[in-house]
Amino acid sequence: MENKKTDKGGSNRRNFLKLGFMSSVSAVAGASIFSSFALPEEEAVESGEKIRLLTPDGKIVEVDATKVNKYPEALVTPEESRIGIPNRKFVMVIDLARCKNARKCVEGCQKGHDLDYNEEFIKVQLLKDNPEGAPYWLPKPCFHCDEPPCVTVCPTGATFKRDDGIVLVDNERCIGCKFCMTSCPYSARIFNWGHKEKFDDESIPYSPETSIPAAEGTVSKCDFCPDLLRQGKLPYCAQSCPMGVIYFGDKNEDIVTNGTDTVSFSKLIKDRGGYRHLEHLGTKPNVYYLPAVNRQFPLERGFDIDPDILNRYKDVPYVQDFIKQGKI
Amino acid sequence: MNLENRKRELAKEFSPLLEKTTIASKVWMGFLIAVILVGIYAFFIQLIKGHIVTGMRDNVVWGIYIINFIFFVCLSYSGAFISGILHFIHTPWKNSVSRIVEIITVLSLIIGPIFILLCIGRLDRLHYLFMYPRIQSPITWDIIAIMTDLVGCFIYLFLTFIPDFAILRDHSEKAAKWRQKVYKFLAIGYQDTPTQRKKLHKITSTMSAMVIALAIVAYSVLAWIFSLTVQPGWDSSIFGPYFIIAGLYSGVAVIIISMYLIRKYYNLESYIRTVHFKGAGIILLVISLLYGYFTFSEYFTRWFSHKVMDTELLETLFTRYFWMFIFANYIGVLVPIVILFFKKIRTIKSITFAAVIAIVGLWFNRYLIVVPTLETPYLPIQDTREEFIHYTATWVEWSLSLTGVAAFILLFILIMKLVPIIPMSGIIDHEREQEKSKKSIK
Repeated sequence: MENKKTDKGGSNRRNFLKLGFMSSVSAVAGASIFSSFALPEEEAVESGEKIRLLTPDGKIVEVDATKVNKYPEALVTPEESRIGIPNRKFVMVIDLARCKNARKCVEGCQKGHDLDYNEEFIKVQLLKDNPEGAPYWLPKPCFHCDEPPCVTVCPTGATFKRDDGIVLVDNERCIGCKFCMTSCPYSARIFNWGHKEKFDDESIPYSPETSIPAAEGTVSKCDFCPDLLRQGKLPYCAQSCPMGVIYFGDKNEDIVTNGTDTVSFSKLIKDRGGYRHLEHLGTKPNVYYLPAVNRQFPLERGFDIDPDILNRYKDVPYVQDFIKQGKI
Repeated sequence: MNLENRKRELAKEFSPLLEKTTIASKVWMGFLIAVILVGIYAFFIQLIKGHIVTGMRDNVVWGIYIINFIFFVCLSYSGAFISGILHFIHTPWKNSVSRIVEIITVLSLIIGPIFILLCIGRLDRLHYLFMYPRIQSPITWDIIAIMTDLVGCFIYLFLTFIPDFAILRDHSEKAAKWRQKVYKFLAIGYQDTPTQRKKLHKITSTMSAMVIALAIVAYSVLAWIFSLTVQPGWDSSIFGPYFIIAGLYSGVAVIIISMYLIRKYYNLESYIRTVHFKGAGIILLVISLLYGYFTFSEYFTRWFSHKVMDTELLETLFTRYFWMFIFANYIGVLVPIVILFFKKIRTIKSITFAAVIAIVGLWFNRYLIVVPTLETPYLPIQDTREEFIHYTATWVEWSLSLTGVAAFILLFILIMKLVPIIPMSGIIDHEREQEKSKKSIK
């Protein structure tokens, strides 16, 4: 019913969808577990074709096919992208025990956001917390903090925090001062230093929700793929991970899913000792990690990658040990 | 009548400074212009090709542009600070340096912000700062502070110039027509009547007090650009006062160097005397002790509490930046202290040498604040591209940095062609006061 309120003044196509979780029935194919449909202001001519969807309160409803939102054609303009998806509080949980540095999340993200080889919104880092601890792989997207230092320091409001918890960059507003990059403690942001041909692509109008096309002299970063969320799909990284490492969901509904398993967010964090990276900085991230215990893969499996990528980790002491031991 | 004659005398005395240009100075100015032209070329390259031509990359997003920015802006603030204080001190020798300080203040305040513009990726969107301002951002505070300071300093500088413009207007019959017109316009009808003099003095006093206050605010805001972040090496509560002291350190050093060069090349030995150097030297000594103390506190506390990231930062400083660290924070502090501490070695040349060491050391101190911190983020840099791991400034950045210095010197020379570097009105005021006190003694 709240959706009706947001309808006023909005364009037809974008009358906000209802993101209903399909927790038990999977009527929508693939990794897509959100259902989505628009509520048009005026009644369109019904096609007669019915689609069954699950509402957030667990009821199955039948709606006419014409009422289903036609994303992705629906473009969310920079102005509209400042308002979040109503009643959502997006959250990500990354299960470090399952990550083997397959880098599919990175590749999926790069494909989805039209990024080049070295441009990564999500990076996989090799970390070790203490000298005795075991090294582990850490996929690192933007943490979409609740106290985002990047947003505070932005002098033009080019980067902003939405009601649904997502932090976005509007590259049509960004002046390229890079203050956000220096204030982000997680190095989550990348800068477009020089001109690239892909920036000139005018076939798709720019939206902060897609981060395409990027623009020279501006900042970009992981956006949690709100364009996909509106379609009821998981972000590219979560979709692409073959191990189901990345869970994504809504804190308000207390549900996260990696596409195959759908679990209670709070229970997952409590049972598995979920934590947030560098909690002491007070940024209150919306990305949680499950510690790398009882791992499904040995660390070395992650070294089975492109030699150029492997080179990134060459200065890490234990990588040198691995090389010496012939494990790589 | 006596006063008018004295004015005429002074105008005549300083007219060669204003009107004659030697071949050597023409060559020197030509050289400065050449440096600036190369810089303009470099700027266009950066404008066309983008920031890819600089050494800055995703980790070290701020390079020597921002270092020059804080360097020049701090220099300016310290100039404002010193000149404001000079205004309230009644000593005969302040007159010879006050204009030098004022010119340094305004010039560095013009050049400093240009460096922050070079650092901005989208210059075409600069007006967004005013279209979509966000008062929460320290950058907005900085813009407000710098603009207020710029206006304040310009007014202040102009106020101190007015009496001299009036003298030049009345006593430069032989000068070129355009010069006379410029002087007449700039003197804004000042006739040096007692009421006018009193009013001007009052306004200048108010302005100098405001300029001191402005400088302190602006310094702190500049320091907060760094210290309000959570980055190791920046997240420090002493950055505000530290920047004030560091700024004064560079300010006094630049004043000493300017005094030395002006005295030497304009034969002003009778005005800029050893006493000026000794006075400035002692001030520099006091500030260098304070600056050394702040630097020590800053690094000592980081080392002693040894939080992981601080340790890592210090390790970077003592390995990759070892010599720079030694130069900036040991030589750059201790050598001036030693030279200035012993009365016997306090000569004009040695004091100037100490000032040069101080200023170069300070520039590297700023470098060590900016770059190594960005090279040691919380999450380790895991990259194969060398330029993304370590920062090295490219020729474009160096060229534009040198352009800043060259523009500073060139504009300084040009201003000295417009008004005498020694305020004539100050000499007259001083003589007038002396006469008064003589009479009162009698």
